[in-house]
This record gives sequence, C-alpha cells and structure tokens, in this order.
Amino acid sequence: MLKYTFKGVGGGNDFQWCFSQVKGAIDEDVAEADIISTVEFNYSGELLATGDKGGRVVIFQREQESKNRPHSRGEYNVYSTFQSHEPEFDYLKSLEIEEKINKIRWLPQQNAAHSLLSTNDKTIKLWKISQRDKRAEGYNLKDEDGRLRDPFRITSLRVPVLLPMDRMVEASPRRIFANAHTYHINSISVNSDHETYLSADDLRVNLWHLEITDRSFNIVDIKPANMEELTEVITAAECHPHQCNVFVYSSSKGTIRLCDMRAAALCDRQSKFFEEPEDPSSRSFFSEIISSISDVKFSHSGRYMMTRDYLSVKVWDLNMENRPVETYQVHEYLRSKLCSLYENDCIFDKFECCWNGADSAIMTGSYNNFFRMFDRNTRRDVTLEASRENSKPRAILKARKVSTGGKRKKDEISVDSLDFNKKILHTAWHPKENVIAVAATNNLYIFQDKIN
Amino acid sequence: MRYSYQRRTCAIARAKMFPKGTKRKFSDSREEPVAGGEDVNQSSLAAVRMLSSYSLQRQSLLDMSLIKLQLCHMLVEPNLCRSVLIANTVRQIQEEMTQDGTWQIMTQALSAANAAAQCSADRLVATEVLCRQTEAAQGEQVPKPFPVVGSEGCPAEEVLEEEEEAAAAEVGMTMSTVSPQAPTSYLPGTFGMDPCWEEEETGEDDDDDDEEEEEDSEECGSGSEGEERERDSLVEDTRTAEQVFGTFEIKNPAPSPDPALEELFSDVDASYYDLDTVLTGMQSVPKMGPYDLLESLSSHGPSPLSSSTSCRSDLNELDHIMEIIVGS
Repeated sequence: MLKYTFKGVGGGNDFQWCFSQVKGAIDEDVAEADIISTVEFNYSGELLATGDKGGRVVIFQREQESKNRPHSRGEYNVYSTFQSHEPEFDYLKSLEIEEKINKIRWLPQQNAAHSLLSTNDKTIKLWKISQRDKRAEGYNLKDEDGRLRDPFRITSLRVPVLLPMDRMVEASPRRIFANAHTYHINSISVNSDHETYLSADDLRVNLWHLEITDRSFNIVDIKPANMEELTEVITAAECHPHQCNVFVYSSSKGTIRLCDMRAAALCDRQSKFFEEPEDPSSRSFFSEIISSISDVKFSHSGRYMMTRDYLSVKVWDLNMENRPVETYQVHEYLRSKLCSLYENDCIFDKFECCWNGADSAIMTGSYNNFFRMFDRNTRRDVTLEASRENSKPRAILKARKVSTGGKRKKDEISVDSLDFNKKILHTAWHPKENVIAVAATNNLYIFQDKIN
Repeated sequence: MRYSYQRRTCAIARAKMFPKGTKRKFSDSREEPVAGGEDVNQSSLAAVRMLSSYSLQRQSLLDMSLIKLQLCHMLVEPNLCRSVLIANTVRQIQEEMTQDGTWQIMTQALSAANAAAQCSADRLVATEVLCRQTEAAQGEQVPKPFPVVGSEGCPAEEVLEEEEEAAAAEVGMTMSTVSPQAPTSYLPGTFGMDPCWEEEETGEDDDDDDEEEEEDSEECGSGSEGEERERDSLVEDTRTAEQVFGTFEIKNPAPSPDPALEELFSDVDASYYDLDTVLTGMQSVPKMGPYDLLESLSSHGPSPLSSSTSCRSDLNELDHIMEIIVGS
C-alpha cells in the first residue's frame, strides 16, 4: 500500500528537499574503484544497494524511526558490504572483463533473507543476504567449541536455548549466470512472475529462470548476419511491472520496441514500436547520438514508460506509439555545445532516470553534480545540486540555475563553468516515500523532504 | 618574412574569438583593404566563406570521429554502442560529402599525393602493416603506432611542403599550421610514440620550418626499435600497397557501403580469434590504412578560404578544436 505525502516538486511552501546523509570519502582524489555505478532501493525501501567500479556492493539499511527524533526519518547505515565481481581475463580475446557492477536489481523478499541480482559486463550473480542475531547454546552432542562430545560422557538431555548475539550479516552467491552474453550486459530486470528475469546486452536479450543457471532463452537477437551492417544496438531493457509476458527494449537510434513473449519464441518482431519523428529543423551530425536512449523505465502503474536520451526525458503512453505524451528538457543549454561534448566523449554518457512511487514525478541527473526533478502534474521543474557545501544536516537544497544568455544573474552558473567530470548518472527514488538517493561519482547523497 | 608575419597573425587569431581574428588576418594577409569592394563580391565571398567553414567543421568532425574509432583500447573491449554511433556519424558525413562532391576531391587529392610521392608509398604501407603487426609486435612495450600520425607525417612533409609556401598567402592560417600537427592534436600523451621513419623524414627536410622540425623530433621518441622491423616489412609489403590504395576508388557513392567503413566492423567478431589481435591485444580495426590516409591528407588538402570568417554559431567549438591542433 502506498503511503506518500508527496505534494509538489517545484519548491514552494508545501515541499522542499533537504540534505539527509552523504556516504563516501571526502578526498579530492577519487579512486576509480570507488566510483558508484548503480543505485537501487529494494521493494520496501528499507534497503538501499550501491555497486561500484571495483565490483563491490554496499547495502544500506534504514534505521527504525526513533521516538526521540520524530521529525527526522530513519537514517541509512551500512548493512552489508561484499565483493560481488572480480576482474577477469578473457584469454581467447585477450581482453580484461571489468568488474564494474552495471546494474543491481532486488528480488521480492520471500523469507527473512534478502536477495538481489548484480551484474557486470558478462556475468550475473544472485546474492542472498541474510542476518543472524541469535545463536543456540546447550547442544547435546557438541560442546561450546563445536567439538563433538564423547557419547559416553553424555548423561543427561537438555534443550538448547537461543541467545542473542551481535548481528552478523553475510552475503553469499547463490547462483551464477554466466557465459550467456557475448557483448556487454547493460540491463537486468526481474519479471513480475518472480521466477524469471531478463538480461540484455548490446545485441541480444536473454530470459532466465532464477533457479536455472546453465541455460537461458534468447528472446531478442538484433545481430546482423554481416557485422559490417551493424548500425543499431540495444541500450536498455525492462520487464513490464505487471504483465509478465511483456517487456521493452530501447536502441541507440532512439526507438523503443515493446514485445510480447506469447507471440513468438524469438521476439525479433515487436508488438509495438515507439519512435518520435525527428524534427528536421534541428538536424545535425549529432542528432542520432543524442537520440540514443540511455535508460527506459516503466511507471509503477505499468501504463507509461519513460526514456532518457542525452538532452531530454520522455514519457510515453504505452497505447500511443507515434510520439511521447510528455517531454522534459534536462539541459537544453548543452545543445550548442554538442561538438565539444562529442570531442570529450561526454555525449556518450548514459544517464538514468526514475519515477517516484506515485508516478507523479520523475528525476534524472545532469552535469556539475546537478540533478533535475519534474512534476508531471504541475509541470514545474527544479534543478538541485549534490555537493558537500550543501551538506549540513537538514539543510534545505536551494534551486540552481544555469544561465545561457550573456547576462548571468547572481547565484547562476554559466554553461562554460559547468564541471563535466561531475556527472550524476545514477539516481533512485524510494518506492513509497520522498527519499532519494543520488550518486555523485564516489559519494552517495540521500535527500528527503522536509515535513513542515 | 612574409611567412613569419602570417604566423604572428595566426597566433593572434587563435587567441581571440574566431570572427574578429580571422577578419583581421584575412585583410592582413591580403594586405589590401577589402572594405571598398563591391557588394556582390562581398556577399558571394561571405557565402563562400560560410560554406567552406562548414566544410572545415565537417572535416574536423570526420577526422575526430575516425580518430575516436582508431584509438586502441588495449585492455578492455571498446564500448560497442559508442563505436556504432561514431561509425554512423562518419557514414553520415561521408554520404553528405559524396553528395556535394567533396569526397571525390579528397580522393583525387590523395591519389595526386600518392603519385607525387612514390617512395613514401612504402612508408604508408609500413604504417598500415604496423597496425596489423603480428610477431614483430611482441616486444613492443608501447601501444601500437598511431596510424594517423604515421601516415600523415610522411607525405605531408614531402608533398605539401611546396604547396604550403605557395598557398600560404591564400590558404587560411589554420591550414598551414595545422598540416604537420593535425594528427598530434589528437594524440593522447601515452600514445606519443611514433614510427621511426618520421625521424628519417625530419632529417631530410632541411628546409622545413624550424618549429615544425622540433615538433617532429619531439614526437619520435622511441622509434629506434621499430626501425629495423619496419625496414624489413617495407620490402615484403609492396604488394599490399595496391590493396591499400585500390580500395580508394569510390565508383558508386550512394548505395554500397564504403569498403573502408565495412572494415570497421569486419573484425569485431573475427578479430577476437585472429592471431594478430590476440598477440597484440589490439581491438581497433587494424586495416584502416586507406581510410586514415585519406582523412589525414584531406585535413590539409587544397581547400582555399577554409579558415575564413564564418557565421556559424558553434565556432567556439571549432576554435577550441583548432587550439588543440595548433597548441599541442
């Protein structure tokens, strides 16, 4: 059941975002391995997982709200840290396989333990995270050290008792889904049947059963017979939140294909094809590159989906294929800088996007540690910054503005002063509350709304 | 004297906003006031400038794209999505250039350059072979020679040296200063090494501008090891020169994919199992010989008024690119 107090995203009297926590080193020198590469809340929002370039997964758990401080929600503290993937070497191709975690997806909780899928470029792993906070004492057959007792010494029978102990959290890899992808995995998505999930690389989409690791079904294959004819790749894929037979995948040409697995075993022919016709007046050599979709996300309701391309976020109604129903400009001021951004490769940055629990707002990242939020109802938008300067506890985030014209107002920042190395690619929104997690290079910022 | 004066104006233009600088330079280099000219001439001149500036931008975009595709990723597989997008951009540019005839000019310039510099053909081939190195590369501790540098450095010096002086008066400053240095602009620091024959080249051209020569000798840091190897391969591969240059002819521009471009992805899968790439660990397409020759030469081919004033709004980017080219 959704409980939310969401009123509006654009600032104003009823709603404001404030700083809650920041995780990560303060050092100016950022170790490459510490760069966060994925952020994901679990279904309840109690757990928040991050993956980094060094192949590690860090899970934060929300503390119970304390009665002493009713106005601040629970803080997220480290629950478990483990090395999910290690760097590997492909001897056949003489290439390294990066250990960077590309995506983490939580599985619905079925028992006391939590499970998640984490993937690097080639291998998906299912991790079970379980905690122990009790231990048994008073066994009959073994003594306290664990050594077996001499049976002849046992003269009486006793019932072991459970005693509390320091909480111990351990993560263990339960399944390893390997050797199914020739190209780099960009997406994983758990199906609504809770039994299967899909994984997508540049040219193929595979369907797995969570229990079976030695085979998967290939459901999409866009590899041309002649690789020289390759002009389009798969950039993201996701399962429909309610219909377990439906999934979508996006491409580098700005198109989205919705497929129904009941139609055919190989879903090469889409059921629906979403593409917005190009505006001929804004055509340039960079048109295709900036139209490439970096992320696709279904709304929680399953009625809409959202796509992120380089300059904008688009909301699509699944019933209308010829154009999106809403388009939001993220950083239109970059349109005149595309050549520079192409030169320094920033134009290939893959930004993600996310919905809030009620599907009334969307969030995505930008440069200079800015991130943007759009309210679909009021059509208001706001630019906020994740920075250490704004990191006083419960400090309200001030709206930022980028000036495009010659005149720069006070507090505005000019386009040329933007730091393109500080990019926010990964953001996540709590499924039920107004708590957001924003990954800024090696730091994880947590913001929440201020209750007035 | 005149040449050094031009260099000075080049430097000034570089430092300032594009329109202001070039306008001054243009009238300076002509040394006659353009102000009193007829309107018709002015507008057509402006139109030509705008058009050639667009061509210049397009050309630099093409060069940039090709270099991006050629940079070897030594350890990790290159991002396929990025490669596909860049390749599509290159194709787009190529199609447009074919349509307005610029592509044919480039290929003609290349054949002319090749005809004029017979001996350098071997060296060009050597570069191409270097990129495709097999056993010889094993001892190499530095990344493979950057093909653009190799192929460009040689013919540029020899062939266009005379042209440079003659064209100095008319051709924009960016062209003359760009020519020997264009490829180095895109060279990241670690790729600083160079085929040895560039060293040989520097020795021969005594008449070269001092500055240019210094640049070259700086680049040829670690050439000596490769030298012997190159000489060996020189003899063996004269035959491949035909293959290399043969693919240049663009007979039917539109429908068939460019053979050089086809080679872009011809190795994406197969090269994984190719002994060459296994040994060298190289992932980029090695057989880019013809194409990079084309693009490297085209960057300083005959292109009058190429650096003239422009009305394009994204000149800042071009200026930035030029700064990199001439500044490094």
